[in-house]
Amino acid sequence: MSDTHAPVQAAGRMLHPELAAASDESEVKNGRRLDHAEGTSHPIRPSSAPEPQPRGARIRGNHRISQSEAANRFIAAPQHEKMHDERLWDLRQKRDRVMHRIPEWEELRSLASAIKEHTLTHLDEYLDRFEANARTNGIHVHWARDGAEHNRIVHDILLDHGAASLIKSKSMLTEECGFRDYMASVGIKVIETDLGERIQQLDNEDPSHVVVPAVHKLRTDVAQVFAKTLGTDAGNSNVHYLAEAQREATRPLILEADAGMTGANFVVAETGTFVVCTNEGNADLSANVPKLHIASIGIEKIIPRLEHLAVFVRLLSRSALGSPMTQYTSHFRGPRAGGEMHVVLVDNGRSKRLGMEEFWTSLKCIRCGACMNTCPVYRRSGGLSYGATYSGPIGLIIDPTFNRHKYSALPFSSTLNGSCTNVCPVKINIHEQIAAWRKVMAEHHELPLIKKSAMKAAGALLARPTLYRAAIASADVALNVLPHFVIYNRLNAWGKHREVPHAPRQTFHAWYRNNRGTP
Amino acid sequence: MKVGLFVPCYVDAFHPDVGIATLHLLERFGVEVEYPFDQTCCGQPMTNSGCHAESAATESLFVKNFQDYDYVVAPSGSCVHHVRYNLDAVAQTDAVRKVRRSTFDLVEFLHDVLKVEAFPWAEFPHRVAYHNNCNALRGLGHASMSERRAEPFSKPLDLLHKVRGIEVVQLARPDECCGFGGTFSVFEEGVSSKMGHDKVCDQSQSGAEYVVSADSSCMMHQQGCAERAGIPMKYIHIAQILNGASA
Repeated sequence: MSDTHAPVQAAGRMLHPELAAASDESEVKNGRRLDHAEGTSHPIRPSSAPEPQPRGARIRGNHRISQSEAANRFIAAPQHEKMHDERLWDLRQKRDRVMHRIPEWEELRSLASAIKEHTLTHLDEYLDRFEANARTNGIHVHWARDGAEHNRIVHDILLDHGAASLIKSKSMLTEECGFRDYMASVGIKVIETDLGERIQQLDNEDPSHVVVPAVHKLRTDVAQVFAKTLGTDAGNSNVHYLAEAQREATRPLILEADAGMTGANFVVAETGTFVVCTNEGNADLSANVPKLHIASIGIEKIIPRLEHLAVFVRLLSRSALGSPMTQYTSHFRGPRAGGEMHVVLVDNGRSKRLGMEEFWTSLKCIRCGACMNTCPVYRRSGGLSYGATYSGPIGLIIDPTFNRHKYSALPFSSTLNGSCTNVCPVKINIHEQIAAWRKVMAEHHELPLIKKSAMKAAGALLARPTLYRAAIASADVALNVLPHFVIYNRLNAWGKHREVPHAPRQTFHAWYRNNRGTP
Repeated sequence: MKVGLFVPCYVDAFHPDVGIATLHLLERFGVEVEYPFDQTCCGQPMTNSGCHAESAATESLFVKNFQDYDYVVAPSGSCVHHVRYNLDAVAQTDAVRKVRRSTFDLVEFLHDVLKVEAFPWAEFPHRVAYHNNCNALRGLGHASMSERRAEPFSKPLDLLHKVRGIEVVQLARPDECCGFGGTFSVFEEGVSSKMGHDKVCDQSQSGAEYVVSADSSCMMHQQGCAERAGIPMKYIHIAQILNGASA
């Protein structure tokens, strides 16, 4: 191996695997290393053993989650990282294409934002109206202050019906509530019916994305999970084989279940109805196969009238997956003959968030996941690196409302590039809220000491021009101050995967003094 | 018209040629340019880390240095974005508001204020890829954004197209952040570098010989990634090309 390969090898972990094929002799031709574009024509060689799935953030009680630590492990699994980045980027591109077909797209976003802001500022009124109309429709309406109360209410309903098993569709709210763990602790069997969520349940892992919960897994990972839990052939990662095996195993459980649970994407106050959007039709199975249907719904899901729904339905799936609509948009307006329908309206921190001047508009979120798909940090980190219910940009601004200390580092897992804000269908100023959270964290002494002291030193020096000029002229002092500290600090974070910039002969300041003199 | 030249700390320390090109370029258009000697930084590194209190004195100094000019011009969309939209650590006096209002990025200043029609001295017979800094793109509105439904436009490309011989090539992910992100580049080193290396791959595959940007900070990060990966990409600030740099 010649020395010319050294930089490529050193950077190997940062490059796509086919670019870093260090053992490939064809990389050098006629004594000259092939240029980069030619390098990409090498086929990806399947490795003999599947790459193990990188796991999410390390969670230890109330300790601060380190997203970057988990992200580094995700990046160190290049097959996973590459698939994840490309899959989600593809969703973003599909979203762009359908967005361009709607001339009134930006107007729709403004409208959706205005409807949500109006509703959130009249939340009590619309919730009362929904409750009254839902009761008229024959729906039992319950109110839950937090996750624990939600879980108890659902448990009581199940006990009343002697139900021992529950099929459910995907719901981020029940993730917030720790619902599956609670149900396991009281001996009720829960079966997820969304395929991705089912995979995650069988793997005992949280969803990594609000729309595509197992998007961080390769099919070889799914083959491993199914082999362990459903008895499939671990060496067979054919998607049709895996899907069929799962269907065979889960269908009987669905048919035998005592109760069904869904979430809701939208709740309509004037009609007392709610709407569930899915692509697999699994919510309809959950709602319609058993006689008992329980819907767990966050109080921010409400909209005033049915006509408003059209605005959101046009935005939701286009933003999420780049498809004009979800395959199923199911309206639920009351129990079937001989059945029972319950709605549990859950607060779980939403009222508190509504009172936060800088952050209340995060309640406009319709959980489309567009901000995750577009986020360059999320795509390279995997959703589980955030160690919280919500990942990606929206997670950075929602998670700290649940636990400021534990999630205090999350707002720093962003470059503040603003793409999230641009794709958000309800115009949440996500990147500005991320920046605002950083300020909150600094004010509440939640910054790591190294960062805080570096900023203090930088701030002190940058405010004193004479000291600053003296400091950057002296290498010893420069180690600790901006701009140099970023590049030359002792931990050498800059130089791990990058070369340091070439120091010029003189600064601009010196050049100006030498050539133009002092004023 | 009296212009105060702001040379951001990164440009001052690592890319003095960009500051010199900016000065010369403005002078070519007959602008009276002064460089206030006591300038340091706009305060963005501290504010971006949440440390607004630590940023206040630096922001005050910035205002003190630049409050007497008709315009403040800097060859950095990112720093200008901070001054215009985030200079909030100090009390909003008339002087602060004036400085925020009159601070322009070089591209905006040439395109929107001077409304430059030609750069007769500029010739750059090379294939280039343009890198939009995120603050310049989504913050200052340098160009239409791929996420939004709007008529396509680009102020920096409008300017570059006035340069003889230049050929601009497209990137596969033109608006994707390169991962610099200020202090993000060291505190979140792993993701930052990965994003940088991906950006450099995209640039390399575009067939460009040069990457051009209105921000040296992003390019410093990208160049570091390119050099580590052994990719022979060259980086140049738009001020240098518009001022007539030949290579």
